[in-house]
Amino acid sequence: MQPDFKIVLIGGSAGSLSRVLRLLPHLTKKLNITVVLIFHRKEDEDSVLHDVLADKSGFAVKEVEDKDPIQRHHIYIAPADYHLLLEKDLTFSLDMSEKINFSRPSIDVTFESAADAFGKSVAGLLLSGANADGVTGLQLIQRRGGKIIVQDPRSAEVPYMPQQAIDKLTIDLMLTEFNTEEFLALITQ
Amino acid sequence: MSADLHLTDEQIEVILSDLIEHYGYDFTNYSAASLKRRIQRLLTLDKVVSFAEFRHRIQHDAEYFKRFVEQITVNVTEMFRDAHFYRTLREEVIPELATRPLIRIWHAGCSTGEEVYSMAILLQEANLLQKSLLYATDINPAVLEKVRLGMFPMSQMKQYSENYIHSGGRHDFSKYYIAQYDTAKFDESFKSRIILATHNLVSDNSFNEFQLILCRNVMIYFDKALQDRALELFDNSLEKLGFLALGSKETLKFSSVSARYKQLENKEKIWRKMS
Repeated sequence: MQPDFKIVLIGGSAGSLSRVLRLLPHLTKKLNITVVLIFHRKEDEDSVLHDVLADKSGFAVKEVEDKDPIQRHHIYIAPADYHLLLEKDLTFSLDMSEKINFSRPSIDVTFESAADAFGKSVAGLLLSGANADGVTGLQLIQRRGGKIIVQDPRSAEVPYMPQQAIDKLTIDLMLTEFNTEEFLALITQ
Repeated sequence: MSADLHLTDEQIEVILSDLIEHYGYDFTNYSAASLKRRIQRLLTLDKVVSFAEFRHRIQHDAEYFKRFVEQITVNVTEMFRDAHFYRTLREEVIPELATRPLIRIWHAGCSTGEEVYSMAILLQEANLLQKSLLYATDINPAVLEKVRLGMFPMSQMKQYSENYIHSGGRHDFSKYYIAQYDTAKFDESFKSRIILATHNLVSDNSFNEFQLILCRNVMIYFDKALQDRALELFDNSLEKLGFLALGSKETLKFSSVSARYKQLENKEKIWRKMS
């Protein structure tokens, strides 16, 4: 089942929350998208993250529970300590298997499952972070026809993760503080 | 994924029907994305180069089939994981069970048994262990052997001890095990109250009646239809006013049995069977 909206996956770890918060006010219901956030973090930060995001956006914010449907105009948050996967029947499933890239949730796991299920309906954005989680996932998104974007490493608190993607892949766009419109056009294209 | 070999959805379907035909194990209602990832992981681990080779091995090598089951099922578990959950068991569920002459508890999909031993400790501390039986079942016979041994890595004990304290434990956690090099061997008195059996939630039926059933982070690997099947099986295996405990991101809501159940007030993932 292909969604009749685009699925925008955003992955990040250390220092990426502030970048997401600056992006959120631009996400309005004029955009035919839904957003999935995969953040490396501690479990006890979950409710804080939810409240901070809900405050800033016109989309409904939901920490994913097992088998939740994937719907338009939501911001879904991968729960701490689970991998988050997207199923072809437009539901989420959770997985508690081994950490990948020292991470659970792993950005690669979500990126890869979304690319596999939804191909060109997917866009992936990789933000600030200290390990290479997400790079392999971006690669698969691109192979399956989706768009890939990374945060400008110069503006990232921890540039390692986006820099890894730039070094290894041909990205579609580098997100700076000044090209938000271009980013929105790309992910809805 | 680093494996050179990537199976298509159709190839995975072929493998799944081989498993039914040759071994009677049905994985077709597992969550597809997660199952695909597990199979892909196995291909990488075993350096499988062709679909034909993989299929042949699964069909004709019963030992390899065992390995398949062991590697496909997820066995990540902890003692006293989600301390607040165990606090609720301690404070709200166990006192309700205390009046029964015999307490029967089912750990469905118990994996290597960390939750079973956690429960045994709670019962011990409530002076109920001697009249309790903990039924621990799993699809994978290899993990049941680990439950039987009651030995867990010593390296985990610091974390488990912290979890235990957060769950309301008041003792020195180390009194429950003997350190032997890099393993912690749990007290023999627990073992005598644990009954082990292989049980497949896909195909096996109810085998007893329980006051408490725990199935945490097992049904996340099932699709909605199989989840409903398992929940009906639990419903048939649970006494009236018995308790059903699920994982922290799972729900009974939207399931076929939900009308008969009431979630605990504190919103822990524990439901009581009302009728």
